[in-house]
Amino acid sequence: MKSLVFLEHHGGALEKGGLGVLGKAASLGDAAGVVLGEVAVAVAAGAGAFGASRVYASEAEALAAPLPQPRVDAMAGLVEQTGAEAVLFASSVLATDVAAGLAARLDAGLNWDLTDLAVQDGGLVGKRPALGDTVLVDVGWTSSPRLALVRSGALDPVESGGSAEVEEFEPAFSDFSTLATLVEQTTEAATGPSIEDADVIVAGGRGLGSPEAFALVEELAAALGGAVGATRAVVDAGWYPYATQVGQTGKTVSPRLYIACGISGAIQHKVGMQGSGTIVAINKDPNAPIFDFCDLGVVGDLHQIVPKLTELVRSRA
Amino acid sequence: MKIAVCVKQVPDATVHKRIDPGTKRLDRSGEAALNPTDLNAVEEALRIKEAHGGEVVLVSLGPEKAVEALRKALAMGADRAVLVSDEAAAGSDLLGTSHALAKALEREQADLVLFGQASSDGDGAVLWAAVAERLRRPVISQVASLTVEGGSVSGKRQTEHGYDTIASPLPAVVAVSDAINEPRYPSLKGIMGAKTKPQETLGLGDLGIEAERVGDAGAKTAVLGLAPPPARGDQVKIEDDGSAAQKIVDYIVERRLV
Repeated sequence: MKSLVFLEHHGGALEKGGLGVLGKAASLGDAAGVVLGEVAVAVAAGAGAFGASRVYASEAEALAAPLPQPRVDAMAGLVEQTGAEAVLFASSVLATDVAAGLAARLDAGLNWDLTDLAVQDGGLVGKRPALGDTVLVDVGWTSSPRLALVRSGALDPVESGGSAEVEEFEPAFSDFSTLATLVEQTTEAATGPSIEDADVIVAGGRGLGSPEAFALVEELAAALGGAVGATRAVVDAGWYPYATQVGQTGKTVSPRLYIACGISGAIQHKVGMQGSGTIVAINKDPNAPIFDFCDLGVVGDLHQIVPKLTELVRSRA
Repeated sequence: MKIAVCVKQVPDATVHKRIDPGTKRLDRSGEAALNPTDLNAVEEALRIKEAHGGEVVLVSLGPEKAVEALRKALAMGADRAVLVSDEAAAGSDLLGTSHALAKALEREQADLVLFGQASSDGDGAVLWAAVAERLRRPVISQVASLTVEGGSVSGKRQTEHGYDTIASPLPAVVAVSDAINEPRYPSLKGIMGAKTKPQETLGLGDLGIEAERVGDAGAKTAVLGLAPPPARGDQVKIEDDGSAAQKIVDYIVERRLV
């Protein structure tokens, strides 16, 4: 399988999501990376260490802003140039629009929300959990190229120690692709690891009882070197920012350790975090659904347990 | 200002969703409702109409019974509805769906095409960008606040890294997030009036859509099989007797998670 992998970069570094997809693509055949936008050329070479055989890079002005349609043009040109059989993306706000636009441009099949990819009987197969992750669906493509969006955080990058040649290219842009323009960009200052990159996430739900109680969650997250997550209910209530929301309408995360504090485990939350390595749940309701899909369930008062837990973790450091 | 809002009928949230093992499609036989986040797009369209005047047209692709779901949006205040319904379109993937919707939208020639956030029945957040591509129009997605002014539109959206404000001339395609507004409840007058508002049902032929571009025939993706998801390993459940914090630490230390 000869594939192109769309790699996003931020702050001069390639994003983990794209590198995870790249590693998987490299295990299935020849994988070339694509890096677009400002400083793309400098950043591109780094993809060689994660499995790329070659990296296509463009710093064309139309690609400077994080907008999808000029990227559709760039990707369409590369598919034609390289004869790629698969074009793979790690899901993000930007990548989702690029993948969907490219599907329509090339009239190519797109499968999304995949948690894994494999080659079976010579064909590419995607694994897609559906209906609140109660069913695992095998999805395929009936023509080439095959387009796929992989869930954020589903695949971990694999260091291959290789290197890749960077080839600069100049995309041709469609008239309508450059009509939308970025007029303002504000970046949220990150404190601690972002929720997508964190190995440990401590998340809080309605069971915290008040927005102030998020301090308990923050302290435990800090002690563990992790990030803070929140449920839709508390984000809707204005207790915590949307950027931390885990679930169907928020982020999908898969840290090594997920500690759920006062979270009942509604289906829309479950789909965002059940891919986590180990799930520890603390909830005072013994019948909370989260106890059905956690590894260690603790029935008790989080206001008692979490501060003690923080102390114990700190004392180990 | 003419605003087209793309809406979809989905299985009601209270219906237990299942995949039909024969067709490998979502079983849509039960109670149906309007996709909840489409209500945000309808609400936004109504607010724009209230500020700038014009018309709000609902455009949908689905089975004939979808007219009932459309009626709720008409009751909120949309002016009329166009439903593309054809047996041959059943089982359309992204390519067929975006093609049929684009054809219906070309007929409407709206200044602004609005979408709600991802539908609740498993269709990803992919439709608007594909439709915009087919219409060759600019697209702004995940918009949490929208401004329409003198022939252009500007939307602020949240990304993984912060907030972007993106502007575009009209005509344009905009997908709004469910954070953008609080959809209104239809008034009794609206509900009564909805029944008399123009509702058109079109077949593929009415829009000049070739049957091989939609439905199973036009699909370039396929469901190969279904399986239960992998089960989690052994679960441990304890009740806090004052030692829970220590037990959690022991558990995560043993698994080298700290």
